[in-house]
Amino acid sequence: MIWGVLQFPGSCDERDALHACSLTGEARLIWHEERGLGGVDAVVIPGGFSYGDYLRTGAIARFSPAMEAVAEFAAAGGPVLGICNGFQVLCEAGLLPGALLLNEDLRFHCRQVDLIAADGERLSIPVKHGEGRFWAPEEMLDEIEAKGQVAYRYAPGQNPNGSARDIAGVRSEAGNVLGLMPHPEHAVDPLTGSTDGLLIFEAVAGARV
Amino acid sequence: MTKARVLIRPKEGILDPQGKAVERALPALGFEGVEHVRVGRMVELEAEDPERLAELCEKLLANPLIEDYEIQEINAASSAPTNP
Repeated sequence: MIWGVLQFPGSCDERDALHACSLTGEARLIWHEERGLGGVDAVVIPGGFSYGDYLRTGAIARFSPAMEAVAEFAAAGGPVLGICNGFQVLCEAGLLPGALLLNEDLRFHCRQVDLIAADGERLSIPVKHGEGRFWAPEEMLDEIEAKGQVAYRYAPGQNPNGSARDIAGVRSEAGNVLGLMPHPEHAVDPLTGSTDGLLIFEAVAGARV
Repeated sequence: MTKARVLIRPKEGILDPQGKAVERALPALGFEGVEHVRVGRMVELEAEDPERLAELCEKLLANPLIEDYEIQEINAASSAPTNP
């Protein structure tokens, strides 16, 4: 299993993502100007502030050469995981439904939260973001729920940002593209309190369609 | 070149916490009776082909899922300003 971790100017979680990936396989960085992904088996778009998050979060990054390669890779069924800013990039690129807006209370939240996976499993993963309020029109929300695209929700009472229907992460209709605001790459070592993040990397590794 | 101004605002019905924060701050400064404050963005630009501005807005300047945009041409070639 070879993972590729994208790196944009302004990315800041790519090192932790590389480390997390290295626990389930090999991992290499992919600079945003690269036009190919070098034959990796799965891609991670890490957190941070790609291109300064100018205009809107993720809006500029989606036009990078590496993201064009990711779009082709995803269309061919390759597994893609977008974390935080990576989730925002995937929504801007139209690879995932919805959008991420400023947190309802305008505060940047950095804390451990519990997530409920689609299969009911409870995971402890940290969040750290100022623009993580998942939003989509009501009819789109109904559609992604009906199609089983809601991958993770914040546990009751733990929604940090006002996300619609407590949604923390969504997957593509085909299932191979996953985006979430919480940071599984920061939850892979008992030293930081939880290793539940590994479950998410393992799920993505098996998500080729 | 055509000078233009693009106004981008959150779509109706989407909670705008920035607007709410501004609205809540106003009474403390003595500005009573101000409601429905919404905060958006304004982009000024000069374009060779103003016909393509809408496409540019759809693809980059605005996210049509969450934002509405409005293009105001300021001075098309030598004509007078249309929307100062």
